[in-house]
Amino acid sequence: MAELTYRDAVTRGIAQEMKRDSDVVFLGEDVAAAGGVFKTTVGLLEEFGPLRVRDTPISEQAILGAAMGAAMTGLKPIAEIMFSDFFAVCFNYLANEFSKHRYISNGQTKCPLVVRTANGGGARFGAQHSQSVENWCMMIPGLKVVAPSSPADVVGLLAASVRDPDPVIFLEHKSLYPVKGEVPEGELLDTIGTAKVLRSGKDATIAALALMVPRALEAAEKLKEEHGIDCEVIDVRSLVPLDTQTILGSVARTHRLFTVEENPRLCGWGAEIVSIVADEAFYDLDGPPVRITTPHVPLPASDVLEDMTIPSVDRIVDRVKRSLND
Amino acid sequence: MARKPARAPNDDIGEETRLQMYRTQVVIREAEQRAFDLFLQNLVKGTSHLSLGQEAVAAGFATAMKTGDLSFCTYRGHAHTLARGVSIEKVLGELMQRDNGLMRGKGGSMHLTSEEHGVMGSYAIIGAHLPIACGAAWRAQYKGQKDVSVCFFGDGTTNIGAFHEALNFAVIWKLPVVFVCENNLYMEYTPIEDVTAVEHPAADRASAYGLDPIIVDGQDADEVYRAALAAYDKARSGHGPSMIECKTYRYSGHSRADPAKYRKPGELDKWKERDPIKIYRERLLQFGIEEETIDKIDTEVRQAVDDATEKCKAAPPPPFELITRDVYADGGWAWRN
Repeated sequence: MAELTYRDAVTRGIAQEMKRDSDVVFLGEDVAAAGGVFKTTVGLLEEFGPLRVRDTPISEQAILGAAMGAAMTGLKPIAEIMFSDFFAVCFNYLANEFSKHRYISNGQTKCPLVVRTANGGGARFGAQHSQSVENWCMMIPGLKVVAPSSPADVVGLLAASVRDPDPVIFLEHKSLYPVKGEVPEGELLDTIGTAKVLRSGKDATIAALALMVPRALEAAEKLKEEHGIDCEVIDVRSLVPLDTQTILGSVARTHRLFTVEENPRLCGWGAEIVSIVADEAFYDLDGPPVRITTPHVPLPASDVLEDMTIPSVDRIVDRVKRSLND
Repeated sequence: MARKPARAPNDDIGEETRLQMYRTQVVIREAEQRAFDLFLQNLVKGTSHLSLGQEAVAAGFATAMKTGDLSFCTYRGHAHTLARGVSIEKVLGELMQRDNGLMRGKGGSMHLTSEEHGVMGSYAIIGAHLPIACGAAWRAQYKGQKDVSVCFFGDGTTNIGAFHEALNFAVIWKLPVVFVCENNLYMEYTPIEDVTAVEHPAADRASAYGLDPIIVDGQDADEVYRAALAAYDKARSGHGPSMIECKTYRYSGHSRADPAKYRKPGELDKWKERDPIKIYRERLLQFGIEEETIDKIDTEVRQAVDDATEKCKAAPPPPFELITRDVYADGGWAWRN
């Protein structure tokens, strides 16, 4: 078991898959010679050469379109979009092209590709380089959407994404890049569509994603120590496919549900989970499900403002405590 | 009487290829005219974008392709799909959204796809498929395969961002892709000259990316065929992409909803004097091909279109279970457990 940063886990995951399969190729802006603006791809050019690790111009449509054409005809491309906010300039490929072509071609077309991107806030980059866009991706039939919270999950889920026969949006959280975690030695392969119960508890279920997972875990510790409230924490990990059974099973035990979402409130993934729980586990609930989200505002740049906007440990603690004491 | 295909003096194309190009143009003309008739009978649903008048472009490029070469089309893609040998029944069936259609009615007229024929899709978002064709060409380059990716689009596409991203990308990566602009003078309902900064929307932009500005008479299948062969050879031999602008004209409106009242007076008649099938019929006669050989092709194609029409009219609509099929590679649509 070695300790790796989330950032180095990205490099390891890509390298593992490129070593295994010569059809895996990698393209993006500043990814080859520069090693990525977040230093997530350092050394890949040297290890795999310029035919497999390719710098592109600032042309997000060309990047995703090329990844799609290559995937349709036999490669397994990994494309990097530097910031997830930039999905907005190439959204056609996510929304209309690689998500739908299998369907509209009556099953003829395959698009086994991965789009990696740096998602989320905390870096004081302001409204166009800090967004959490998982809800943009989740709403499109035909995509799979993955967002790991730990270095080990980065490696295992990235491997699963590369090997998946469908297009996968792989959301890395830019504030997690420096975070370290234990990663087992050897080849790792996880399963897309599985949530993980990271902490068992009997009083409430907290479902979280990406950067919100360590915050939910810290909040759960505080709730236990300071208020005697015992929370179960679920790392959702994959929005599509969504592991509803793990969440429903947890709610059946705890009878309360909280979601912690970094995306702005409207149409956030938590709304879908709350709706499923309301439909299918209403009589398991002892109180209303609660969504803890970034409010429906663009993200401000200022550190003080950004910290107040994105759900914090204290906000999670406060919201859970108040709800359970009502 | 059947004759052995001959090659006339100074004929670089040859009789067999010419007859194939003629047949392809007639197939497109007859099938699309039928599609229009079926629309008037409310049997073609949704929309349809016809290439009547533009047949020589599709026939010339497709005839010059080898098996394994890939076509990427727009929503005006019936012609390019038929030109690669996809059956008339499957194309008309898809336009009529029946179960015998090319994609069993799941795609409709704007998304014709037949990978077994190298038709890698028809893309209905302007410009989207130029980068996709680049990606397919990148695969060929990476794997050392010799196929060419050929990407067809209209003049209107030259004003969208993806066009420019793709051109730059194809040139810097030296990709085996051929971009074909069918300049039919109108972007949907508006004259292209009214909305474009340069005279030749594709060729003048090609120069900006270091490519030769190639302009071809799109009404003459021989000219198209020659330009296609040269571009494919360049791509196959590792010398990178080409951009070919074909000057042509569509006889119908933009889509079935458009009566094309914006045309200049006399413009349509002037272009019909240079009808590609008329030009090509005369060409075949010039090269000594007998009129009865040509007439026989016309008769055979009309019969084939009639037969296909009857089969499509008799075909059932697609079954409901298709709604949830093939969203994902496992064949289904499950987004949760």
